[in-house]
Amino acid sequence: MVVKIPAKAVVSASTALGLVAALTACGSGEESGDQTLTYWASNQGASVEEDKKVLKPTLDRFTEETGIEVELEVIPWSELYNRILTAVSSGDGPDVLNIGNTWAASLQETGAFVPYEGADLEAVGGEGRFVETSFATGGVEGEPPTSVPLYGLSYALFYNPTMFEEAGIEEPPSTWEEFIDTAEKLTKDTDGDGQPDQYGVALEAGSERQNSHFAHILAQQYGGKLWSDGPNFASPEVVDAVKLRLDMMAEHGVVDPSNAEFSDGTQSIADFVDGKAAMMMMQGSARTTLASRDFDNYEIAQVPMLDPLPGKPIQSHAAGINISVFNDTDNKEGALQLVEHLTSPEEQVYLSQEFQTLPVAVDAYDNEELQGEQMQTFRTILTEHASPMPLIPEEGQMETVLGESIAGLFADAATGSEVTKADIRKALKEAETQMDAAN
Amino acid sequence: MTETPGFRWFRRITLTFLTVFTVMPLYVLVVTSVKPLEDVRGLFTWLPDRLTFRPYVEMWSTIPLARYLTNSLVVTVTATVLALMIAILAAYPLARLRFRGKRVFSMTVLSTQMFPGILFLLPLFLIFVQLEEILGIQFTGSYTGLIITYLTFALPFSIWMLAGYFQAIPEGLEEAAMIDGTSRIGALFRVILPVARPGILAVGVFAFITAWGEVLFASVLTDTETRTLSIGLKLYTSQVDTLWNQLLAASLTISLPVIVAFILVQRHLVSGLSAGAVK
Amino acid sequence: MSTTEEPRHRAAQEATEPAGPESGAESGARKRRPRRSFLPYGMILPAAALELLIHIVPMILGIYIAFTSLTQLTIRNWTSAPFVGLENFVQGLDPGGALGSDLFQSLFRTTVYTALVVGLSWALGMAAAVSLNTRFRGRGVLRTLFLVPYALPVYVAAIIWAFMFNQRDGMINRLLVQDLGLVDDRPFWLIGENAFWVLVIVSVWRLWPFAFLMLLAALQSIPEDMYEAAAIDGASTWKRFTRITLPMVRSANAVVLLVMGLWTFNEFNIPFLLFGDTSPDSARLISPFIYEHSFVNWNFGLGAAMSVLLLIALIIASAVYVRLVLPKGRGND
Repeated sequence: MVVKIPAKAVVSASTALGLVAALTACGSGEESGDQTLTYWASNQGASVEEDKKVLKPTLDRFTEETGIEVELEVIPWSELYNRILTAVSSGDGPDVLNIGNTWAASLQETGAFVPYEGADLEAVGGEGRFVETSFATGGVEGEPPTSVPLYGLSYALFYNPTMFEEAGIEEPPSTWEEFIDTAEKLTKDTDGDGQPDQYGVALEAGSERQNSHFAHILAQQYGGKLWSDGPNFASPEVVDAVKLRLDMMAEHGVVDPSNAEFSDGTQSIADFVDGKAAMMMMQGSARTTLASRDFDNYEIAQVPMLDPLPGKPIQSHAAGINISVFNDTDNKEGALQLVEHLTSPEEQVYLSQEFQTLPVAVDAYDNEELQGEQMQTFRTILTEHASPMPLIPEEGQMETVLGESIAGLFADAATGSEVTKADIRKALKEAETQMDAAN
Repeated sequence: MTETPGFRWFRRITLTFLTVFTVMPLYVLVVTSVKPLEDVRGLFTWLPDRLTFRPYVEMWSTIPLARYLTNSLVVTVTATVLALMIAILAAYPLARLRFRGKRVFSMTVLSTQMFPGILFLLPLFLIFVQLEEILGIQFTGSYTGLIITYLTFALPFSIWMLAGYFQAIPEGLEEAAMIDGTSRIGALFRVILPVARPGILAVGVFAFITAWGEVLFASVLTDTETRTLSIGLKLYTSQVDTLWNQLLAASLTISLPVIVAFILVQRHLVSGLSAGAVK
Repeated sequence: MSTTEEPRHRAAQEATEPAGPESGAESGARKRRPRRSFLPYGMILPAAALELLIHIVPMILGIYIAFTSLTQLTIRNWTSAPFVGLENFVQGLDPGGALGSDLFQSLFRTTVYTALVVGLSWALGMAAAVSLNTRFRGRGVLRTLFLVPYALPVYVAAIIWAFMFNQRDGMINRLLVQDLGLVDDRPFWLIGENAFWVLVIVSVWRLWPFAFLMLLAALQSIPEDMYEAAAIDGASTWKRFTRITLPMVRSANAVVLLVMGLWTFNEFNIPFLLFGDTSPDSARLISPFIYEHSFVNWNFGLGAAMSVLLLIALIIASAVYVRLVLPKGRGND
């Protein structure tokens, strides 16, 4: 008996484990042939499925030209960063991938991406192909970039011309003073219940990313910056920058306090569409959302600036998506070819129209399809009034810490507390200490 | 048992409160899933102004919901079945046999309940990657990694509950069988398991629910092909919009089978638990 | 705890492996020596192997990582991440530092949260179990209904609640402001101070059915005649509850509270699903806090050091609890 039993026990045990092993066979993940590249694309359009449809023709053209098949995976933003992490730490990743351009410096440090220099840079079209401000986002200054731009984006001021007309406003505001003035005129109680139900402007006030972006943009206008050898959040310029945007809600009441809860990047667009707000400052990709809501009653203008302007004429960070080649690729040549293909002027024209982004290849702007007034406004902002977010490995963390601290100030303002300049400085100082402590 | 009026009032108030508390979100779930998206966006309305079942149709094509559902089912069911088999095997000696290291084993298994998932998420991933290289088996981005992870998550509680359950079964039952020449394992399968069915069912339900809702490990161990529902549902929120009605319609759809299964077994569940865990 | 026991466990296993008919001199001290056989070991082997692979080894590796500088610089070659001794602990756990003070605040907040969630869940579960352990019409329906929140996947639960607590259009504010007129200004729930209470409510909603299920099971194993005898003696309902019910479910209680406490303390899913990558200050629990520091910022050494502290806190709390409360000798004689 003593002999017989363990045998059985072992059998059942190994059956159990064997089952697991057997299931492996059903799992995916076998190496594909040499001539296939895997490509991780970020989700740009209305859905992952939609993006696949958009990308398929351009990838088919690539296969036609080069004979290289591309296996496409569109990864939603909520997952992309973690997926890159797993790819980097396991060495088991795609050949080519998209990254948010503000991650460029951080991911550069991992050493997981091929640096674009020398022949490799030429292979993707050379530096001269790209819009300068976008190209600058590719990595830390002074080192060969490990990413090149793929989709360019910039902020702009969106406004509702009908509402402007109703309020007797003829021109979109070009200074912040005018902006507040305009916004005040546009904030009204239309149904007479004593509460405004149309506001001058909608803000994504709970969004860490947008909070950080505008701290960066406005701080530049004030002549400061977020980062100089370390976090610089509590400097007078950054405090002023945060205050300017915060006061739209806290002091001028031209932003619905509900906006303090907006964090996914679409809710302020919804307010704009629903006529609850007359203006918003969003990146060009917001047009995808506007289109999906069948809304075209909007005009686009440049982001206002300070007058007089103590700092630089910056209206946006050089936003967008970059593209990198993974170091562990078996087919670097093919991977670079794919990058070349996707950033070529012809494909850029196609992609920018599909995804409502801006071409990153200079020559693409010559295309007659892209001569519209909106495109020109965006182009001016991106090429002349944009500066990259700080090109530092801590950028991601900075956006989280700083953006969250600003979101907290908006939350205070929305829940009725008074937020003074001293409060802002205190909160930003705390964010600064937090950044320091974690590095 | 006699019921005093005081107790009746207590019961009425308790049950009314709990019913409202339980039903409120469920009601919102149902009612929102049959509204058009435009109506979902505005102020919440208790009844739909316009009734539509399109979300239930569209939800299948907005994201590959069917595939995620399949993935979740494969992973969860396999993990549950394996967890049950392994837990039964491990619980039995804990309940019946004396052996060295028993206390260490049971304490160790139980203490894993307090490991913060956040601490071993990355290490587990790194170990899987190493094993992939050594064994040539794909653990990440395949079902395998998730299955063995989830089944192990369910083990401590399952072993512990089953051990309690087995202990509560009179030893005479197996002894009688063993006198008839059946081996201990034979007795376990032929005598104990049939008696312990409610307990096993209860443990199975627990293991299933643990795996069905897991988010953190799924986010690191799956890819597009193997993505489970817990991660996949997020895709109703894109850069562009959140399709609340489809999201909630899908949530309801995927919850229904679980809830129905739960309802079917719940009678056994209580009796299963009451004989085991609770003594 | 497990780390120190594991070698012993393995040693014990190895010691018995060559065992045959003879052997066993060293354990002669015991009176009724267990019969040596492979059987128990063979039976626990799959469980032990999996626990080792999925829980123990990663845990040890996690503790090791706490002593290294594992960041985006080193993640690609994580085995060669530089060993930095206690640096991560000093940096992350210094109560005087910005990070350490946040961590301890978060730890304190999580303790309060756990006490509230477990306490409320237990109370609701017990109230429901006592109510449903009696006979009346509709009992079966309610029993089933109450289990639904537990059967519902946690992300579904979090999604609906987040939708309901939306400040401008959510159902909660519609009810409070438009329908009942209890408050004039629509309060914010998902940001600011209220976020903590939302977290508690959602967690209780999710957890109390588990307490209910376990306690109902425990109540059903109390023999009816005990109550009858008490009723004849003229004991009040409350007295019967405190004198019979509570003592009889004592061991079930002890375990239910422990398990719920550990789950709640480590809660990650609900805050993550309600608030995203970063929770509002008022609702920042320890697990999401650590997640933010290790995954959002890719500073895994620091994150690991923080989690080790969390683990130690849990071990101490559980040890004290087990000593004080848990009945002795169950399942591990």
